Amino acid sequence: MKDELVERIENNPKYQELVSKRNSFGIKLGIFVLVMFYAFILTIAFNKEVLATKIGEGLTTVAFPIALAILVISFITTLIYVKRANGEFEDLTNDIKEDVKDLL
Amino acid sequence: MLKILAIISIIALSAFAAGDASFEATKRELNIPAIIMFFVFIVFTLGLTVWAARRTKSASDFYTAGGGITGFQNGLAIAGDYMSAAAFLGVSGLIYLKGYDGVIYAVSFLVGWPIILFFMAEKLRNLGKFTFADIAAYRLGQKEIRTLAAFGTLSVVVLYLIAQMVGAGKLIQVLFGMEYEFAVILVGIMMIIYVTFGGMLATTWVQIIKACLLLTGVSFMAIMVLYSFDFSFESLAVKAVENHSAGESILAPGGFISDPISAISLGMALMLGTAGLPHVLMRFFTVGNAKEARKSVVYATGFVGYFWVIITIVGFGAIAFLNSADGAQYFVDGKLFGGNNMASIHLSHMLGGNAFLGFISAVAFATILAVVSGLTLAGASAISHDLYSNVINPKATDEQIVKISRYTVVVVGIVGVTLGIAFEEQNIAYMVGLAFGIAASANFPILFLSIYWRGLTTRGAFIGGLIGLLTAITLVIVGPIVWVSILGNEEALFPYKHPALFSVTIAFVSIWLFSKTDSSERGRNEKEMYRAQNVRANTGIGSAGAVDH
Repeated sequence: MKDELVERIENNPKYQELVSKRNSFGIKLGIFVLVMFYAFILTIAFNKEVLATKIGEGLTTVAFPIALAILVISFITTLIYVKRANGEFEDLTNDIKEDVKDLL
Repeated sequence: MLKILAIISIIALSAFAAGDASFEATKRELNIPAIIMFFVFIVFTLGLTVWAARRTKSASDFYTAGGGITGFQNGLAIAGDYMSAAAFLGVSGLIYLKGYDGVIYAVSFLVGWPIILFFMAEKLRNLGKFTFADIAAYRLGQKEIRTLAAFGTLSVVVLYLIAQMVGAGKLIQVLFGMEYEFAVILVGIMMIIYVTFGGMLATTWVQIIKACLLLTGVSFMAIMVLYSFDFSFESLAVKAVENHSAGESILAPGGFISDPISAISLGMALMLGTAGLPHVLMRFFTVGNAKEARKSVVYATGFVGYFWVIITIVGFGAIAFLNSADGAQYFVDGKLFGGNNMASIHLSHMLGGNAFLGFISAVAFATILAVVSGLTLAGASAISHDLYSNVINPKATDEQIVKISRYTVVVVGIVGVTLGIAFEEQNIAYMVGLAFGIAASANFPILFLSIYWRGLTTRGAFIGGLIGLLTAITLVIVGPIVWVSILGNEEALFPYKHPALFSVTIAFVSIWLFSKTDSSERGRNEKEMYRAQNVRANTGIGSAGAVDH
């Protein structure tokens, strides 16, 4: 990639907006998923008895709804990310491409 | 092509004949509906391969199916790569054996997805062309990085391949009473044909068809299980507890992951490993643009998440059904026929008779074939694209590259078959855990740092990455499974089954250290080049792959 092109894109406010918005969005969602997952793993590692707690009168333990919740939340976070990335972030990217069209 | 079909049928028939003795010994009858399903699937997919072979001309066709796969199709194909024999047979078998501990695998396998999506998928798509080494080698030394990446890829491919081969061998053994060795050889031949002739296009379509069949089949099983318990998970759990020797402990994490280090290490391997699986990473290059790449991850996560929920029901269903009086027919000398990996296969017979057993077995076989094909393609691309066309012979023509790929496929196939026979007795979910461990230690750190760290240099990536890979492999060899179970030593030199916590940390630290202390001119240039790389990773401007399509 030509230096001039790199320079122009880096100085484009829309590029700066794209990178900072996407990074902070990705990092926030990523940390959320990681905290959720490691809370689960560390519970198994250090205090697995908690997961053996029974729900109500039956034998079923809380371990099952927790596993289900992690699966569902993982899916929902990917959906949230892609909704925004394929909308707002994609538009910004297209604007940037438009702005540097003469150099491509 | 027709000649090859004829040869396969002869080999298949002679293998059935050779299997006579063993199914008499185990008193299995030849299952006609199962065999018919099987051959229908094989003939159909071979037809697909012929179709794909006509469309596969350039190297780009061979590796990326020409880039014309849609987000939805690719989502199914990624899910297909993920729902491997280890996932389907191994995890359901693990749940059958250990209860909730198997569910931990399922959860950990999925969580890797959002992480890949947020941090890697898009940037991979923007920077790469065929393989993950394209990204790492973008601004670093081609020779060193591609050579290392090729070894990382091959290590993961071979380990993962063993797991699938063992699953396939056991499956055919149970179904046809064919000798295990013959079964593994048959799978090897089929896989070589799919990949050498059809390339990524055939591999992707086999994967998509199989993903649909698998989701349908396993859903049916889960519904049948729940139907028998009036759609109450509680009643299923009560029955499972009653029928399992470990009793109530199967409903919570147990002794399987006994110490904290192993738990954290396994969790890390399964999560980060996903982001380093070469055959899955390759799938981001089969779609037209970043938008479709993102969509495909949503579909994949949805399908895989749903799959884990139903596999959990199937696993507990297997405990409830197989360990009952009616299930006694599936045991030989107190052991489940074909091993614990076959729990869901036997369950399908109990739930839907021979016809359904035939369907599920054909699906399981399809699963194995599709995944080994994807893996072999990843191995072939590591050799032909990374080693051959970028290191050994930079002037190679498309034709030469594709030719080298096809030779590699044959070699990888032979290696897979040989090791598949050697590792016959291993739990396949565990083997996959190891493959993930290597992927997490060798591939992920270089990939992640090359995208996110300006300071990465060739020296750091090469030495550090090599240390990561060697640490992971060494710790696996001196760990409890290989050192004790396979090599027959008394005590393991390294006490933990899963090395990821140590090897991933060592990889990151050494890559950092050797980059940091690199004061060469070349290292300075590489840091300079990060700016251009980062612009392209973020915007996709100048993206090589997309232009080709």
